[in-house]
Amino acid sequence: MTAPLPISLHVNGERVDAQVLPRLNLADFLREQLKLTGTHVGCEHGVCGACTVRMNGEIVRSCLMLAVQTHGATVETIEGLSDSGEITDLQAAFRDRNALQCGFCTPGMLMAAQDLLKQESEPDRERIREHLAGNYCRCTGYQAIVDAVKTTARARRGRKP
Amino acid sequence: MTSSRANPETLSALDRPNSYIGKVVPRPNLDRLMQGRGLYVSDLELPRMAHVVFVRSPHAHAKIVGIDAGAARSMPGVIAIVTGEEFASVITPWVGVLSHLKGLKSAPQHAIAIGRVCWQGEAVAAVVATGRAVAEDAAEMVSVEYEELEAVTDMRTALDPQVPVIHSSLGDNLAFERNLDAGPVDAAFAGSDEIVEADFVFGRHTGVTLEPRAVVADWNVAETRLTIYQGTQAPHMVQNIAALHLGLEESQVRVVCKDVGGSFGIKVHIYADEMATYALSKLLRRPIKFVADRVESFNTDIHARDHRCWGRIGVKRDGTIMAFEIDDLTGIGPYSMYPRTSAIEANQVVNLVGGPYKTKNYRARARVVFQNKNVMCQYRSVGHPIACSVTEGLVDLAASRIGMDPLEVRRRNLIADDAYPCASPSGLRFELLSHHAALNKLTAMMNYDALRAEQAALRKKNVHRGIGIASFIEVTNPSAAFYGVGGARISSQDGVTVRLDAQGAVICQTSITEQGQGSESLTAQIVGSVLGVSMARVRVILGDTDQTPYGGGTWASRGAGIGGEAALQAAKILRKNILDVAAAILQSAPTELDIANDAVVKASDGTARIELRELARIVYFRPDTLPPGIQPELMATRHFVPRNYPFAFTNGVQASWLEVDTDTGFVKLLRHWVVEDCGTLINPQLVDEQIRGGVVQGLGAALFEKCIYDERGQLTNANMADYLVPMSGEMPDIDVGHVVSPTAETELGAKGAGEAGTAGAAAAVANAVNDALKPFGAIITEIPLTPQVVLTALRRI
Repeated sequence: MTAPLPISLHVNGERVDAQVLPRLNLADFLREQLKLTGTHVGCEHGVCGACTVRMNGEIVRSCLMLAVQTHGATVETIEGLSDSGEITDLQAAFRDRNALQCGFCTPGMLMAAQDLLKQESEPDRERIREHLAGNYCRCTGYQAIVDAVKTTARARRGRKP
Repeated sequence: MTSSRANPETLSALDRPNSYIGKVVPRPNLDRLMQGRGLYVSDLELPRMAHVVFVRSPHAHAKIVGIDAGAARSMPGVIAIVTGEEFASVITPWVGVLSHLKGLKSAPQHAIAIGRVCWQGEAVAAVVATGRAVAEDAAEMVSVEYEELEAVTDMRTALDPQVPVIHSSLGDNLAFERNLDAGPVDAAFAGSDEIVEADFVFGRHTGVTLEPRAVVADWNVAETRLTIYQGTQAPHMVQNIAALHLGLEESQVRVVCKDVGGSFGIKVHIYADEMATYALSKLLRRPIKFVADRVESFNTDIHARDHRCWGRIGVKRDGTIMAFEIDDLTGIGPYSMYPRTSAIEANQVVNLVGGPYKTKNYRARARVVFQNKNVMCQYRSVGHPIACSVTEGLVDLAASRIGMDPLEVRRRNLIADDAYPCASPSGLRFELLSHHAALNKLTAMMNYDALRAEQAALRKKNVHRGIGIASFIEVTNPSAAFYGVGGARISSQDGVTVRLDAQGAVICQTSITEQGQGSESLTAQIVGSVLGVSMARVRVILGDTDQTPYGGGTWASRGAGIGGEAALQAAKILRKNILDVAAAILQSAPTELDIANDAVVKASDGTARIELRELARIVYFRPDTLPPGIQPELMATRHFVPRNYPFAFTNGVQASWLEVDTDTGFVKLLRHWVVEDCGTLINPQLVDEQIRGGVVQGLGAALFEKCIYDERGQLTNANMADYLVPMSGEMPDIDVGHVVSPTAETELGAKGAGEAGTAGAAAAVANAVNDALKPFGAIITEIPLTPQVVLTALRRI
């Protein structure tokens, strides 16, 4: 079980074929092999949320996934969400509200916030706080993040017919 | 906003049309971080880079009998395994003392332990391999034989004669002691109607930066130059220390600091494993990367607080505070940290207790002892939360004893807003504070009387809510009095260079650093405002000892007040130089010209005369068309350090509104208010967010955060699942207000704001919990206020 295994997946819309050790986790695969360093590693045991990515449409902790588990899957990272324009409004709200300081938690935070906004159109502050409770931020105290997510939800509702 | 600026009509260099000062403008370069395109040290890769992993001691105190690295050395991918003795030829040991902290002692500390380990987590060998996972595998194969020694863990007994001395050469386990006796303290207590005393206990906690400490050291043997990529708050300090201990000139060391994933004081020190990484690069002639994992972070990032402080207060029945007295004890681990030392926090506690109040009668003793736990040192708001919790806890206890409202006792004792300048019993000099204005604003914001009515109504329904108030002072803008006078090569001055480029844009190099506070933004706001240039045309370069002027960096709430003033003064010079050239080009006089909206304009009516882009073109490419004798200087540098006051003290007040579940012991935070006075607000949003972030770190200390050691010195919760930090779901919204008393020491008038939130948050929460528990007669003077602590005080367990 220590020999590399071939995997094939889609990352941010591009097909990726790679040889990975069975023990390699998804966060390290993305960062070290694909050089997608926007996915951050904060705790390496699934607590802090900095490594949050999307796999087959669901957010996952990439430090708790093995790269081999992504064979055949679709993985999206912060770089992909940024380039597709999917979260441009959310990022603008974070910028206007200064909802990030050091920025290390921010890719994971944006991933988790977008996940909530896709599921619910009118989350209140408590619901936003609850959904983001698995993403640690040591700089902001969270209030600005909650404000930015709320602003984005309101703006998106306004755009719907 | 209340402004106490004496002369609002006077136009300064900052009160210009289109000024960015006082405006909410987005920080530059946030897109990079939000798109995952930043460059943290943990992201960095260099050609031939190898990874180091450290074998760390499982014991708190042990002799190293032998290290067998034979099996590990033969593993594929392993490059080297280096032990303490082998480092001795490359890097010298250090001692974390400063001469102005009289009597402070410590023992020589090595990059890697030699012969003995003094805390669980101290490195005993470095394993270098082609990849981190390979190095981790090899580290597990290194066999170290230890002979366990008795561990000194309880600071209360560390000085007892039967307890082993950790460093025999020092004679005892006392690192530092300070005594202060000001005013007729005994007479003041004798003349008090009531004397209240309490033991305050503060849990040991740590910073938990989301990006762990990380460094890449790259010794280029052909250049004989070391480049250190490190997430640090103080690049020039790192340059000095690395050069000193590697036997290099400072010119042979470059420190580069790109994005930093959180600092909070954790990344302003010199750690043994970082020194080892520099040395390994020199030894192995290739780039070496070290990134701490989370367990290593908990075991080796500096811890903070861990104080036990007895205190008493004397008070008259009319509420007059007669005297304070404290006896503080803190345990700092086996070594005083380098180069800032581990005596500063206790020293600050002595300085700051009683600081907001009028009484001149104050006696204090602080003792700092060694123990076999991880090192302790300066973390955000150094000493302030201890001093504030002790002072404000005692004030509330005194108010309760004489039956006076906590607000009223503060109104009667806080230093009057018109009493400045004045000094504290410990010798702190206050230029201008605003305790009463801040308290009045706070009570209006929180609607104090209505909250008291709500509290009383809910009590009848067996719902126990409390209000806690905490006034505080904060040390900001430190001069050389902080470290320089004690012999540390830590700059208290900062420098800024501004230049107009060939397209009329501005490049600004500053020695302050960015870890998310907004250093780039405040620099661009100041430079743009003074020059009359839009912020979009100002680019700020920081965090590179090859590129920026020499300076201290960003710590102790100094970036805006010191680095900001240097930026202001540099921009003024460049502005003058630009106008001199413009006058020559336009055959006008500099006094008749101004700069606005990226163009030189006529001062009288603002009509555009020449765009900066065009002026730059002429200066750089057609100087032949300028009048004879004109040599334009489109680059200017200025440095600044405060000289009149050793520190620019700020003040503020916080309030907490919370509910205690007396069945479970859980504390639910409902609301938190802060009013603070950092002088000129350069960007109110950034100040508010510094306050909020600081408050939440203080709330973490108040309710959750604690490094739990067992009696053998084992850290039992060294992971993020067991060490609790505040999460979004349990934090309250925080209202922030300001009083503005600019410092007259600078033209900018800005004081620091980075630590105000952390300074008073725990005190406000503890006072609120005691307020909530008043009907039960329970008083708690210990943080974190865990359910166990609360239920114990309620005698439910």
